[in-house]
Amino acid sequence: MPSVGQNVSRKDGIGKATGRAQYADDLVFPGMLHGRTIRSTIPHGRIRSTTISIHSGFRTPDHDDASQRGSLARHGFTFVSHRDIPGRNVVALIEADQPFLAERDVLHQAEPIFLLAHENVQTLNALTIEITYDTLEPVFDPEKSEGVLKRIDIVKGDVEFALARADVIVEGTYRTGHQEHVYIEPNGVIAVPEEDGGIAVYGSVQCPFYVIKALKSLLGDDAKVRVIQTETGGGFGGKEEYPSILAGHAVLLARKSGRPVKMVYDRVEDMIATTKRHPSIVKHRTGVMRDGRIVAMDVDVILDGGAYVTLSPVVLSRGCIHAAGAYRCENTRIVGRAMFTNTPPNGAFRGFGAPQTEFAVEVHMDRIAEQLGIDPVELRRMNALRPGDQTATGQTLRDDTSALIVLDEAVKRTDFHRKRAEYKGTNKAIGLSLFYHGSGFTGSGERHLNSKARLDLTEHGVRIAVGSTEIGQGTRTMHAQIVADTLQIPYESVEVAQPDTSKVADSGPTVASRTCMVVGKILEECALDMRAKLGSMTPGQYYAKHGSFSVERKYEPPDWIEWDDHTYRGDAYATFAWGCDVAELEIDPDTYEIKPIKLTAVQEFGRPIHPALAKGQIEGGTAQGLGYALIERVVMKDGAMANAQLTNYVIPTTLDTPAMDVVMLENRYPDGPFGAKGLGELPMDGPAPAVVNALRHYGLDVRELPATPELLATCDSL
Amino acid sequence: MRFALNGHEEDVDAHPAARLLDVLRVECGLTGTKEGCGEGECGACTVLIDGAPVCSCLVPFSQVEHAHVITIEGLGDDHPLQHRFMDEVGAQCGICTPGMIMAALVLGKNPTLDDVKTALAGNLCRCTGYGAIYRAVLKWKAGDESPPSVESE
Amino acid sequence: MESGRRVAAKRGERVRTAISGLDLTRARSLADALRVVRDEQRTPIAGATDLYVALNFGTLKPSLLVDIWGIDGLRGISVKGDTLVIGALTTYTDAIKSPHVAKRLPMLADASRLVGGPQIQNRGTIGGNIANASPAGDSLPVFAAVDAVVVLKSVDSERRVPFRDFYTGYRTSVMRPDELIVAVEVAAVEGKQWFRKVGTRAAQAISKIVVAGVRGDTPRIAYGSVAPTVVRARETERVLASGGSIDDAAATLQREIAPIDDLRSTADYRRRVSVNLLRRFWSDTAS
Repeated sequence: MPSVGQNVSRKDGIGKATGRAQYADDLVFPGMLHGRTIRSTIPHGRIRSTTISIHSGFRTPDHDDASQRGSLARHGFTFVSHRDIPGRNVVALIEADQPFLAERDVLHQAEPIFLLAHENVQTLNALTIEITYDTLEPVFDPEKSEGVLKRIDIVKGDVEFALARADVIVEGTYRTGHQEHVYIEPNGVIAVPEEDGGIAVYGSVQCPFYVIKALKSLLGDDAKVRVIQTETGGGFGGKEEYPSILAGHAVLLARKSGRPVKMVYDRVEDMIATTKRHPSIVKHRTGVMRDGRIVAMDVDVILDGGAYVTLSPVVLSRGCIHAAGAYRCENTRIVGRAMFTNTPPNGAFRGFGAPQTEFAVEVHMDRIAEQLGIDPVELRRMNALRPGDQTATGQTLRDDTSALIVLDEAVKRTDFHRKRAEYKGTNKAIGLSLFYHGSGFTGSGERHLNSKARLDLTEHGVRIAVGSTEIGQGTRTMHAQIVADTLQIPYESVEVAQPDTSKVADSGPTVASRTCMVVGKILEECALDMRAKLGSMTPGQYYAKHGSFSVERKYEPPDWIEWDDHTYRGDAYATFAWGCDVAELEIDPDTYEIKPIKLTAVQEFGRPIHPALAKGQIEGGTAQGLGYALIERVVMKDGAMANAQLTNYVIPTTLDTPAMDVVMLENRYPDGPFGAKGLGELPMDGPAPAVVNALRHYGLDVRELPATPELLATCDSL
Repeated sequence: MRFALNGHEEDVDAHPAARLLDVLRVECGLTGTKEGCGEGECGACTVLIDGAPVCSCLVPFSQVEHAHVITIEGLGDDHPLQHRFMDEVGAQCGICTPGMIMAALVLGKNPTLDDVKTALAGNLCRCTGYGAIYRAVLKWKAGDESPPSVESE
Repeated sequence: MESGRRVAAKRGERVRTAISGLDLTRARSLADALRVVRDEQRTPIAGATDLYVALNFGTLKPSLLVDIWGIDGLRGISVKGDTLVIGALTTYTDAIKSPHVAKRLPMLADASRLVGGPQIQNRGTIGGNIANASPAGDSLPVFAAVDAVVVLKSVDSERRVPFRDFYTGYRTSVMRPDELIVAVEVAAVEGKQWFRKVGTRAAQAISKIVVAGVRGDTPRIAYGSVAPTVVRARETERVLASGGSIDDAAATLQREIAPIDDLRSTADYRRRVSVNLLRRFWSDTAS
């Protein structure tokens, strides 16, 4: 009985629903200490001096470093500064610019400077550390910053020539703010010294091998270290790169104290100090003919990267590649810059640049339609990418291109045109967005990653040993389905190893909508190899006769992919997933509050391996997109999040989330496992522009997110 | 201090002002109740006190003297609502699930969708968009154990 | 139940920062609580839905507390003559379920349904909402609009303070440190009741503006979150009562409120919406 395409019972077991699943904060170890991070309270400056004191009469002489440390140790504190780092004080990621602990220069609020540990949390928190700084002028506005973190140029055809010959030029500037992940489980890790002299880090992480890389930078390349992923309460990209810093901190404390150290952030610290979605300013200048054909697209993208490089170059890359939208245009120029500011570095968040740029292009399309007097659906249909068309990077799209399929289905299913006419002049509105999302790492990224997967034969079946993490999206289950069906064995006989970097293959990070399409593909190849070796025997029979064996393979991207990292031209992604969202809203004319009534999400992603899990990704990503559109607003003051509480940074509750109509279409990707593409991020790209286009339909000219009632109250009417 | 926990009489030594959440997780060793925010906004710490769902991060321990507290562990490992949550993918990452289940327990017979939404309005989920949670709860109420379909409502 | 089994702390402590610095006693009776509040300067704690948020954030000021949650005499909603008497420990859930409230003060039930979610409604108390004195307290405009009376007790006194006299400034009231709120009394309300809360989202939201109104022989209307305290818009009421236009009333309202920019909203938005909701109240309650 094949399992792919069925809603098989999940490999997670029932632990999540019984309270038995073990998340980072649920673990305790004998002799465990609690850790605390001392962070900067200024956005830019140099550290001048430090005073440490503790309540209830304990004081240290000012400025006397050695004496301070001696006193601290006698009171059971472990104190760590950058001087305790044996290797390099660099969080290894893309560039080598971000320190684990600030040495003298402080580049953002909440930058980590010192670490403390103590057995007793109250004593730990009673210690006061006063740091004096020489402050420097901070830069908060990415448009005013002079620090270019990264620049990307994507050029096709001759955009100025084409603009000069266009009938109409439509211009617009679109802005999006920060978005905070609000995984319900905050970041947390425990570093545990092991008997063999090494260190184990248990933690809420998406990418255990990223953490290993960062720890080796911290400790030295031959450091004995392993990372074990605990049950993780949500990630959304917020636990892609940040946990490397937290793990490094816990490890430093564990090394110095010789004891296990737990560091779990509370919600306030997590929101202030960890990564967020990059704010964006996107400018469009589009040349169109009177009949609606787009002949020139000139796009300028600015992202606010924060104080260090981290992953911003890649976010910029994906954002720019998607910036021209799901449309064909012979003459395209996209210039993108990520800028340094003195704010906590921004990072990965589901969509990774595409929600920002696709918001801009989709709102821009409705403005073009309005200016030309053309129906917004017709404008899209005319210009949508079709098989055989070229994208902005010159990639020729293949048969698995579904822009028109999703557009037509969404329009039909929602009775879009009738409602568009019917709602006009009422408090109801309807709007639409067409979008796409490249699956897997950009360009040559998958080749560089060199991801691996391994299958081990067991007594009863087979064990999957990959570094891909289950963070709620269904990794364990989906991988097991692919392996079971390829091996032609029962789904129940496939087990999935907990990601422990000393025991599983490095499958690359659990990001970029690649866990099914890429890692699932490697597993499929492993299973085919294993099938061949088993011959006509079942795993049990083979095991009884010959014992276990393993198959490990690495990812082979399709051979037709050609990409040039320097010119940014070629096949950016092996395939794209496609979506069309329709948002129906009701607006309160007294308060400008928006009530989403219904969200129709038509999404094509190859085919669902587990339909209920896939639907869950769409519904969840759509809800996050609605929050991004309407109510999630990060208020920055002096370069740090001022509303860092769930009371004041609000995400959708049950009563804020509308009924959703999810339609999953199939258009198989031949090189994906069982035809599957990537899905995780696609749903994030559509809701915000669909909502804003509905507001335009209502009569409000909105060009930024979030579209809060305060913004709408001051918006220009159309 | 004496109180009833999951049907058993307990006598636990803890500071009277300690958060009930910490007493449950630390002194009682029951880590099924989770901390998501510490401010009564997320509902991940929901337990029942004398049958009413409350945020245990906001309850001083002294207030449960002689009261009956029920946590997710009190449901055991085989409760039908737990099964429906997993089958319907009402739990993705699972961190909000214990709180959701505790809040849903007080629903009456034959709740409408609006009744379910209102009962769960104090529980945040970031993974599911809530739809699958409603499906899980409504199926449980209907006594329905059939496999999940993905037809939209 | 099975016999007791002592469970000592067997794992590393993970209690919140301030706990060991707190001194919490439990009051067994109202008399006990009043004595302790006077003699030991203890701060009362009931549903803890405000105080423990402060504790979690490390901003809890008082360290001497008296837990009054167990004083059953402070619970209950009754009718004496024609007066609705709401015990201080009435929770929002109690108010939502009370047939007395449904009949006599339905806008209190409306307000209660919009406070937090069920968990907060099960613990948060009316007395706590009044004592906390937040300008955003959701029940405060309701009580202001119906000219409620706050009943205060100390060891040797009892006094009734009209709601209009209760607040004197931002988070300050006429309550003495040795007093407790024991009840709030509401005389019969003539006229249609109207309530509207504008939050940051549909549920579990702090109000950005909250309005309660009564359209009786003369209109009464109160606003929250637009001034340092809850505001009874008396001049606006007078304009409407004397037959003035709604536009004149709207202009008058602008002078009676003093909204600010904060983390949740803007002064400009609050102004616009306050006026819009005045108009809506007026048209909704017109016969």
